[in-house]
Amino acid sequence: MGNNNTAVVSAAFEQLKAAAQQKWEQLHSKPLILVGAATCGRAAGALSLLEEVKTELQKLQLDATVLEVGCMGHCYAEPVMVIYNEGFPTICYGYVKEGVGARIVRDYLTEGDPGIEFALAAIEPNDFFPTFQDFPRGVYENKIVMEQCGFIDPRDIDHYLATGGYSALVKALETTPEEIIETVKASGLRGRGGAGFPTGVKWETCRNSAGDQKYVICNADEGDPGAFMDRTILESNPHLLIEGLAIAARAAGAEKGYVYIRAEYPLAVERVALAVQTAKEKGLLGKSILGSDFNFDIELFQGSGAFVCGEETALIASMEGQPGIPRHRPPFPAISGLWGKPTVINNVKSLSYVPYIINRGAEWFRSNGTEKSPGTAIFALAGKVVNTGLAEVPMSTTLRELIFDVGSGIANGKNFKAVQIGGPSGGCLPEEALDTPIDFDSLTKAGAMMGSGGMVVLDENDCMVEIARFFLDFTQKESCGKCTFCRLGTKHMLDILERITKGRGKPEDIDMLMELASKVREGSLCNLGKTAPNPVLSTLKYFREEYEAHINEGRCPSLMCKDLIAYYILPDKCERSCDACVGSCPVEAIYDNEDRIKVINQEKCVKCDSCMVACPPQYKAVIKVSPPYKVAEMEQERGKK
Amino acid sequence: MSEITITIDDRQISAREGDILLWAALDNGVYIPHLCAHREEEHPSASCRLCFVEMQGRPMPVPACTVKVADGMVVSTRSERVDALVAAGFELIMSNHRLDCKNCAANGSCELQRIAKERKLRLKPKNLPALERDLPVDSSAAGILYDPGKCVLCGHCVLACRSSGRGILGFTRRGYERIVTTFGDAPLGESGCDSCGACAGACPVGAFSTRKAR
Repeated sequence: MGNNNTAVVSAAFEQLKAAAQQKWEQLHSKPLILVGAATCGRAAGALSLLEEVKTELQKLQLDATVLEVGCMGHCYAEPVMVIYNEGFPTICYGYVKEGVGARIVRDYLTEGDPGIEFALAAIEPNDFFPTFQDFPRGVYENKIVMEQCGFIDPRDIDHYLATGGYSALVKALETTPEEIIETVKASGLRGRGGAGFPTGVKWETCRNSAGDQKYVICNADEGDPGAFMDRTILESNPHLLIEGLAIAARAAGAEKGYVYIRAEYPLAVERVALAVQTAKEKGLLGKSILGSDFNFDIELFQGSGAFVCGEETALIASMEGQPGIPRHRPPFPAISGLWGKPTVINNVKSLSYVPYIINRGAEWFRSNGTEKSPGTAIFALAGKVVNTGLAEVPMSTTLRELIFDVGSGIANGKNFKAVQIGGPSGGCLPEEALDTPIDFDSLTKAGAMMGSGGMVVLDENDCMVEIARFFLDFTQKESCGKCTFCRLGTKHMLDILERITKGRGKPEDIDMLMELASKVREGSLCNLGKTAPNPVLSTLKYFREEYEAHINEGRCPSLMCKDLIAYYILPDKCERSCDACVGSCPVEAIYDNEDRIKVINQEKCVKCDSCMVACPPQYKAVIKVSPPYKVAEMEQERGKK
Repeated sequence: MSEITITIDDRQISAREGDILLWAALDNGVYIPHLCAHREEEHPSASCRLCFVEMQGRPMPVPACTVKVADGMVVSTRSERVDALVAAGFELIMSNHRLDCKNCAANGSCELQRIAKERKLRLKPKNLPALERDLPVDSSAAGILYDPGKCVLCGHCVLACRSSGRGILGFTRRGYERIVTTFGDAPLGESGCDSCGACAGACPVGAFSTRKAR
């Protein structure tokens, strides 16, 4: 493809870029208000904030622009709002509840009062207020893929163009596919879907495979419980992915691409569809892109909710109209994929790095992260951590730094117990593994895996047997049922775990679990089955004593498993005339004894937790006891007094 | 295709290059347990996970149905790892197979009995409890009985029904609920089945069987 007319391409692109930049400058010539309205922001009320701000501007007759943008990762502080006000520092506000948004806008735009009490941080360095970089989180964060997320309008292609977008595609059009592959290979980019396979090698295999027709597919079938990295990128900066996919197509020799996206992400579907359409209108997709000899078109394919369709062969089967069931590999999709043609399948994040690597070079990419895992990692922090949300940190950051500095530690003053990384295929790592650096190989060695970036933080109140049961329940339900080990092995494992959490475990159950786990891992057909035992194996490795307490003593050390606990009211702490617990009990299990102290009728109690929540914090008279028979002992003890 | 020589369990076997290892072995009298493999299928199902063998140069046991033979290939059908894996897979299958050999149409010709005999494995699982799904026997068709409780999901009936031109049987649902059934779970007798018997002829475990017309 050496006959590209580079002059024509760059002239066409410069024209697009100049128009976009003009629009961008105009946008910043008056006050600009950005409201983070990705799915996470909307759930916290971003759309009503948007209305509130618009109404206030109208009321004040102020000439300012309000834009709906994506998420910059501070999901814990949602709804989030950024205000550009010329002559003043640009400030990002968090926890913008009803009424607050209008007030900030009014004060800042009419009186120059920035409303510091609602500010999270300033965007650029200034003399008045710290920026994000001045907080511990900012020290570790290194945004590449997420750089523009939350700062540009995902529905306006001009915003992407004005901030440097599609320049990598132009560069890719001006070089040969082989050079693109060399650059991506040299960058050491590894697939961010979980397996960590070198992206450049995948492209090269596809390019060298025989075939007139080739395909590139973006795997946006994100489905791990607690993971939302891909959704945020799709909703906040869809053109980044489109540009990455176009470059992948040019490298692999494809003219047709698909975005396989979950139908459960309606906003992402809408924004990606619009982005594809506008890119076509600008001549950045379609026939002879920017006047070159490169044709590339993208179609959306909506997944129907099966987790296993994230596995590439199942994904292909579902696109071909067959049940989403994996098949034996090899042949790998890069040799025989969609409709039997060579097909590249890359994760959203992997593709999103590509434009930056093409623009800034392989060396630059390698300057982040480690030798074998270059670049950054994007994690969705969830669970019992203070600052839930998205964080992009260089590979080699430790888990401790990520949870305690970036995530600000454990919520509600509790103690850290474990962190579950890598979704249902991952594992639970304990306190002593917190200094593990985040990279593909170290996490696998520790017994977890990089996965796609889901990270659920667990505290002292989480029972590790129950966590293992929860994740295995997920994989067991999501197993396609094709192969023996996954279909029946996970079923038997789940039955054993359910038995243990219900207090009916047997001493030999632990060995049985280990045996089944190792066989399911060795024998399963696809990676869903091969990795399904990981949550069980890692909890058995690090928290075996919790399993033993359940089995041998009928005790749940974290007081979480309902069948192994009982509720008890401490007579010394109970404020007799307070009836909060009595009123909260849905089954009338709480009564007054002869001393007018509240007592729980254990026969009636359904362990709903209501009394514990209702008991005023100054008393804290309701406690959980495990094993449940201890309550009888405690009642007897009280009777003696 | 050229004639080549491979070694299975220290025995020289000649085969054609590109043949599937499982068939090359079986055709030469070397038994490898298998349920789901089908000679006519271009791509292996590789779902029963019983035909594991050791191959020189491969770190883990591989299913023989997925391997194309090449000259000089060295294979052994037994090893500690293979035996453990096959035993575990077989026990899993048997934990979900309604065991009633005495009254079963396949008694004596059953592939499960053959595997148990060849590999000295128990038909009744030793460590695993039986998983009961309470699926009723379908006796609605004139000449066919279908007991889904015996089905091992090998898929032979689905292929046989399809190549007979009827295409009544198929897989539905997923995970532990996966089952061979008809469109909309209609009873066989109401599904257009004319009791041609292709399914019963193909079923290796007696889940489908023929019976005399009423």
